[in-house]
Amino acid sequence: MRRRVIFRGTALPLLLLAPQLAVTAVFFLWPAGVAVWQSVLQQDAWGLRTEFVGLRNFAEVLADPDWRAAAWNTAVFSAAVAGLAMGAALVLAAQADKSIRGARAYRTLLIWPYAVAPAVAAVLWLFLFHPSIGLIGRALNANGIPWDTRLNGGQAMALVVLAAAWKQVSYNFIFFLAGLQAIPKSVLEAASIDGARPVRRFWTIVFPLLSPTTFFLLVVNLVYAFFDTFGTIHALTGGGPGKATETLIYKAYVEGVQNTNLGSAAAQSVILMVLVIALTMVQFRFVERRVHY
Amino acid sequence: MSAAVEEGDRLAAAATTRRRRQSGALTHAILLLGVLAVVFPIWIAVVGSTHDASTIGRGDVPLLPGAEAVENYATALTGGAGRFSSSPATLMLWNSAAMALLIACGKIAISLLSAYAVAFFSFPGRMVAFWTIFITLMLPVEVRIIPTYQVIVDLDLFDSMAGLTVPLMASATATLLFRQFFLTVPDEVVEAAKIDGAGPLRFFRDILLPLSVTNIAALFVILFIYGWNQYLWPLLVVNDRSLETVVVGLTRMIGTGDAQNEWNVIMATAVLALLPPVAVVVAMQRWFVRGLTETEK
Repeated sequence: MRRRVIFRGTALPLLLLAPQLAVTAVFFLWPAGVAVWQSVLQQDAWGLRTEFVGLRNFAEVLADPDWRAAAWNTAVFSAAVAGLAMGAALVLAAQADKSIRGARAYRTLLIWPYAVAPAVAAVLWLFLFHPSIGLIGRALNANGIPWDTRLNGGQAMALVVLAAAWKQVSYNFIFFLAGLQAIPKSVLEAASIDGARPVRRFWTIVFPLLSPTTFFLLVVNLVYAFFDTFGTIHALTGGGPGKATETLIYKAYVEGVQNTNLGSAAAQSVILMVLVIALTMVQFRFVERRVHY
Repeated sequence: MSAAVEEGDRLAAAATTRRRRQSGALTHAILLLGVLAVVFPIWIAVVGSTHDASTIGRGDVPLLPGAEAVENYATALTGGAGRFSSSPATLMLWNSAAMALLIACGKIAISLLSAYAVAFFSFPGRMVAFWTIFITLMLPVEVRIIPTYQVIVDLDLFDSMAGLTVPLMASATATLLFRQFFLTVPDEVVEAAKIDGAGPLRFFRDILLPLSVTNIAALFVILFIYGWNQYLWPLLVVNDRSLETVVVGLTRMIGTGDAQNEWNVIMATAVLALLPPVAVVVAMQRWFVRGLTETEK
């Protein structure tokens, strides 16, 4: 889409674009290029010599059992976070969409956790589930369920999933509610007159009409679980116990910052970039459809 | 006969009302449960911030607030107590506020300018510029941490507010949103301004900016929260504790998560860390929901 009436000139628009382009070039394009470049290089153990190794870093990363374990953790973690956060949000949005007393108050109360930082959410959940001082952690231990996220990898994973999903429910809720409100009431009334019960109405009419929103949210939730939850994991478990909660982004961080293994870290970053670009493409292709559905 | 029909109608209506009331009760129950799950962790944090450390250390976190609130928050704000002496929260909150405001305002400013250039001018390289900006959308900080960090070190921006904020200021989403909005401004408005002799800068300042106020407010809420909640970037770029942000400082206070931590002070700091962005969302709820649903289009 272009406008008919426009201003003339080349210098002024370029000047207006300069700040954005400068930041983009210096902090986005250049580092991304460097990452791609470093991913095909390898330093020797003393960091003295660097040689071109082609795709060897990628081959090594993909064959590394630790990386594969992290990939599996990421898959489990993301599926659990997206499923939990979207499921809970859909149930709540379907209720909040009804004309009931206090609907606005419920909405406000459900929306604001969006503002809580992932790392702060982690601290709140740690305080609840701490094995010796946490309200719930202690209660579990007192009732014969041995609970310690510092020893049990499965429990650690469950806790990071809870902390990450908790924060994301409000985001999904906002979008599901907007999606529900956009469904014409006449369609539902017609189905109702035809004798369709609420549950049937939901699955045969509401849910299909909501599928664009659902699909959009799925992509957003996956991106959130892949990248934004670094703070949750860093603050809550540090990737442990062992490597039970180490996701791909966390592993890239450990490799690059703590082990300063640049070639491998760069290869991992490039793999993540490809992943996020693929997800964004899917999202945009789908946005086109979402507008016209 | 007709009386019987009426009676039947009345009974059917009563049954419908009853069913409706029951489903209403169920709706409220589900929503209350949801609200409870959402609020409970925060409530316990608030409670934890009002008791003394030994009550929490023993594992007896009560369900109701205690009497130590003033003391705990004072300790948190002035900092330095206990085994893990931390930066005073006043300083960390200030740093977070500065970072969040700079990122939000910076993003809005450079996005407004570049969206204006892309939407209202025709010049060679326009589409190249647009796509260059668009690509940034696809590369979140997290996937290019190490090389970006090296750029910061090379530019001598390590441990500085500029290093903390400038790299996060490029924003494809904000640019796309403003461009989208600018394209809806009718050509007649531009024509009228031109006939009245307004140049491009005058038009931008006197006509376009006032029209964009709602969009700017909506974006501001989202971007302020985005800036305030940054974690990985400040963790990498800032070593100097006088520049520590509250989200990073809070997690440093936990250390290895010992039961002997001063959890009361930690929870007070947690409450202080989540209060400003939550306040912004609650105060600007209308713009917030709008900003969120618009930017994701």
